[in-house]
Amino acid sequence: MYESLLNFPNSLFGEFERLRRELDDAFGVSALPSSIRSVAAGSLPAINIGRTPTSVEVYAFAPGLDASKIDVTLDRGVLHIAGERASAVPEAARGKVNVYARERPAGRFTRAVALSEDVDPAHVKASYKDGVLQISIARREAAQPKRITVQ
Amino acid sequence: MNDKTQVAAQQAAQRAVLPAVDVYEDETGITLLADMPGVPRDQLELKVEGDALSIEGAVRAPTPEGLEAVYAEVRVPRYRRTFTLSRELDAARIDASLKDGVLTLRIPKQAFAQPRRIEVQAG
Repeated sequence: MYESLLNFPNSLFGEFERLRRELDDAFGVSALPSSIRSVAAGSLPAINIGRTPTSVEVYAFAPGLDASKIDVTLDRGVLHIAGERASAVPEAARGKVNVYARERPAGRFTRAVALSEDVDPAHVKASYKDGVLQISIARREAAQPKRITVQ
Repeated sequence: MNDKTQVAAQQAAQRAVLPAVDVYEDETGITLLADMPGVPRDQLELKVEGDALSIEGAVRAPTPEGLEAVYAEVRVPRYRRTFTLSRELDAARIDASLKDGVLTLRIPKQAFAQPRRIEVQAG
């Protein structure tokens, strides 16, 4: 009859659900224009991107990784970061371990970031320190602002 | 700077985000792992006040000159979280290590709280 008990027409919950959906469509995250490759905020690892006149800096906050096992690739202007982290919590199989909190994400993660056109894939440096993966990509010479003198 | 600016600056410095933690307990104590990426050893503060353990760290990432932010998911450069320790934990013997942005704390139980088998004499 009805799809869900929460969705009767004229029911209290039904009205709230409709209101929430309308507000989401108008103001929610999916209503803002976003790049075709962007992921929902809250996906991991968190990324900050900054720009200097000569380079683009990408910081990925991914603690507890083995630096040699992180995959960073730059392909046609899209930077891919992938890696894996094992969970540090021992399984409670023996019954002697009580787990009170397991908030740290574990497993494989991958993120793609679309970079602007002027990055130079031949000059990329990546370093991993204190759990932050810092990737520095040089921008092409032609992209740097040039002063034009007025005669 | 008038008073209001100073208060606002102090409040901004105090905002912090909760780091994700894994906590598990075995027979001899509790192990706590906290994700604090970007915090170097000298910016990490561990405090035990009474029965409250607090971990706090400021994020310091090397930023080149003239960096302007384009997209930021991490906006608050500070982690802080407080835990209440129960009586059987020995806060004086906490063992802490920070590696690759992961803080590992090992809090042993007091000697009296460790499990002990009591031999039953026959007869």
